[in-house]
Amino acid sequence: MTTTAQAPTPAEPQATEPAREKRGYLQQVLDSSTTTIVVAIVIALILASLLVVAADPASQKALAYVFARPGDFFGAAWDAVYSTYSALFRGAIFDPQASGARQVRPITETMVSSVPLIFAGLGLGIGFRSGLFNIGAQGQVLIGAAAGAWVGFAVPMPAGLHVLVVCVAAAVAGGVWAGIAGFLKARTGASEVIVTIMLNSIAAYLVAYLLTTSVLRQPGSTRPITPPVKDTAVMPLLLGDQFRLHLGFVLAILAAVGVWWLMERSTLGFRFRAVGANQDAARTAGIKVTTVYVLVMLVAGGLAGLGGAMQIVGTDKTFQASSAGSIGFDAITVALLGRSRPLGTVLAALLFGALRAGSPLMQTAAGTPIDLVLVIQAVIVLLIAAPPLVRELSLVHWAAVPFGYDRKKAAA
Amino acid sequence: MRLELQGITKRFGSLVANDGIDLTFEPGEIHALLGENGAGKSTLMNVLYGLYQPDGGRIVVDGTPRTFAGPGEAMAAGIGMVHQHFMLIPVFTVAENVVLGHEPVAGGGLIDLAQARRRVKEISDRFGFDVDPDALVEDLPVGVQQRVEIIKALSRDAEVLILDEPTAVLTPQETDELIAIMRQLKEAGTSVVFITHKLREVRAVADTISVIRRGKVVGTASPQDSEVQLASLMVGRSVTLAVEKAPAQPGDATFQVRDLTVLDPRGVAVVDDVSFDVRRGEILAIAGVQGNGQTELTETILGLRSPSAGQLLLDGKDLGPLTVGEVIEAGVGFVPEDRTTDGLIASFSIAENLVLDMHSSPQFARAGSLSPAKVAANAATRVEEFDIRAGSVQDPVSTLSGGNQQKVVLAREMSRPLRLLVASQPTRGLDVGSIEFVHKRIVAERDGGTPVIIVSTELDEVLALADRIAVMYRGSIIGTVDGGASADRDVLGLMMAGVPLEQARAQAAGHHTALAEADVLADGPDPLVAQVHDAPAAAPGPETPAVPATPVTPTPSPEEER
Repeated sequence: MTTTAQAPTPAEPQATEPAREKRGYLQQVLDSSTTTIVVAIVIALILASLLVVAADPASQKALAYVFARPGDFFGAAWDAVYSTYSALFRGAIFDPQASGARQVRPITETMVSSVPLIFAGLGLGIGFRSGLFNIGAQGQVLIGAAAGAWVGFAVPMPAGLHVLVVCVAAAVAGGVWAGIAGFLKARTGASEVIVTIMLNSIAAYLVAYLLTTSVLRQPGSTRPITPPVKDTAVMPLLLGDQFRLHLGFVLAILAAVGVWWLMERSTLGFRFRAVGANQDAARTAGIKVTTVYVLVMLVAGGLAGLGGAMQIVGTDKTFQASSAGSIGFDAITVALLGRSRPLGTVLAALLFGALRAGSPLMQTAAGTPIDLVLVIQAVIVLLIAAPPLVRELSLVHWAAVPFGYDRKKAAA
Repeated sequence: MRLELQGITKRFGSLVANDGIDLTFEPGEIHALLGENGAGKSTLMNVLYGLYQPDGGRIVVDGTPRTFAGPGEAMAAGIGMVHQHFMLIPVFTVAENVVLGHEPVAGGGLIDLAQARRRVKEISDRFGFDVDPDALVEDLPVGVQQRVEIIKALSRDAEVLILDEPTAVLTPQETDELIAIMRQLKEAGTSVVFITHKLREVRAVADTISVIRRGKVVGTASPQDSEVQLASLMVGRSVTLAVEKAPAQPGDATFQVRDLTVLDPRGVAVVDDVSFDVRRGEILAIAGVQGNGQTELTETILGLRSPSAGQLLLDGKDLGPLTVGEVIEAGVGFVPEDRTTDGLIASFSIAENLVLDMHSSPQFARAGSLSPAKVAANAATRVEEFDIRAGSVQDPVSTLSGGNQQKVVLAREMSRPLRLLVASQPTRGLDVGSIEFVHKRIVAERDGGTPVIIVSTELDEVLALADRIAVMYRGSIIGTVDGGASADRDVLGLMMAGVPLEQARAQAAGHHTALAEADVLADGPDPLVAQVHDAPAAAPGPETPAVPATPVTPTPSPEEER
């Protein structure tokens, strides 16, 4: 046996993280997710304006002789884009053409539209941060709305208490609905993505069926719609009869604060986050991962269910299969746009609420199809999912390069 | 084909995975690369196969220096590789897998499957592989899948075949068949590079043995050398970290494991009827080659697995049926073998990680509400006490070096009153300074009267720390010896290879006095025969299925970083 020199290796060199350089202030700001989101929104609006021009008859006509009189085309294009966005603004934020208090009605409409999105988005955000990709907000919203509506029209109760019971019933119903997915994941390892998608379909057909039976359908009516909820169950209005803004908005903000406390300050939220960030370490630290799955889904579903009830007792007053609209799916976008954080979710929900509140006026006043709003939403999602694409398309980022911004660093 | 590696150096950041490695692979030779996990074997082979570019040195094929930009070029030069984890597509047939990437094309751009089948059949017949070209890979047993990999390499005219830990996934019978195949390949003039850390197999089949430790070739050996010699060469005598410790003052045996058996999901006993005691104020080290049930034993103590038989008595109370939380509550401190996966949450702050398993204790939380101030104050204390080099305790723990991360884990586990400390691989991947610190703290915990269990595959660490040493092999404790000066490294090395205590002592003693006779006795004329002779000594009989090498997830070693 020949043994060559065994030089003792005293120090096993240790793998260190690649040294993370302190980035400059400019770098930090431009690479932050907030910047990405803001730029994504701006890009979406610009792309949407191209569509506006393409769909505008006056611009189309002017395009035919664009080389002869380019001014005509650009004038028409500007008019179309301007009228679209100004109508959107007047519909969603502030309407200088209205009289008196009605001038601020649009912003309150935006707030009303955002209420269910805030609730459902908060719930989804909790799930995302806990490592559960809950796609089932739509079903949870629907079930919560149905339960809230039923308590609202079928159970007589004194004012005040009634609203409270409606909320509790909706939260419990939505929570249980989501809890099914949590329970199945904890017990059998079933993917929450698949189960919640399936539960969406089940919820849709379940309420559609119940709306044809005496459980939910208005007596004497053939239409699948519930009786209006009793006056005692209606969310109190905040600014009088002129405005639809109701107490639900305040509750939504309180819920956001509550979720912040839950995730950042409570021991329960600590466990949620630990499971979301590293299940194995959470389990080794004695956290019951399966229990967390169930709890997360209960809380997330409860919030989504509340969102559904707000739509009924806050806005619609009656419940039908279309009451939930696309709240559950929009809420996924809202949660992603808000980075699953409460403040971000509220802001994202307000943005989506604004698009929703402003689109009818945009259609009537500017003649732009309401579908444009869907395009804007979709483009935002697309860009949020690909931050490098945002930086590639962003003039701001390119313009910052001469000032020492390193575009490649952002990828790290 | 004569293949030479000259001065190959490969670095990952500050880690030197291969340090000036010189090796020559002769045609028609079975060349074993022996070394522990993380020694740098796989990195070296990935350099050879073109997956990594070396930072220094060169590859010489038949006297011509070559560089391989990727596996394609290495293959074209006649180098084939069978990875530890097979690179096969389960839903494809054998023939489809074999031609994948260089499909024979018939008219009209279609794959010429008939030719593919012929090629498989031809190689299969030449070596007596008995592989059906039309079988789906997913339907084949592991041993046959490995043959498909070998056919794949041979179909590309490999003259040097690299087998990376080929026996890790095989049953003993399949291993025998593989050895026969390797001999056939050798007869046919193919060089076989056989990467392993299993001594018996090396001696059975290799013509030349090169031992790699910590990225360097530390020696070459011949198959006639005894396992004792190979073991000592592989494990290394180099670093003996002297740990200053007073003789143990053992008290009562407050932790007792009785007839513990743990089954894996397939029903194989990964911990097999294990019993031992740990006394207060004593360190029991559990030594053994990785994958012999140590991981499962510690996970069972913590409650991550449930025992299928036996008891774990801590202060007279059985931990078996308890949840992880209850075990921690009972005073068990646990340092997991893989800190990045099981010990820390990378995105959480240092402060949060320091309270991971105590976040709901009244010390930090009231009425379900965590106190950030108390968590931060605790962190400040621990960072000071354990000399954790951190910028701010609010920084993510992932910003710390490995040594400091490990200190975070230790600081957390030792910051509550313990009735038992279980530490797995407490110093894996750490620098010397951190190793010393960790060892000191563990000894201090012992001196405070805590029973301590250390699980380590590093013999140096075991010898430095242990008051008693239990060696695990295939799920059983094959023997227990006293630690300290009386512990014999050769005996331990043999026990880790499955030789029972008494026999190991005899062999080790023979090795010192009459080296030649011992080798003749141990070997016999045919190494394979010797292996069979040895087998009954290796605890369970040859018909007992081997405890499959449990896929233990190591801390990210250079070999894992792709």
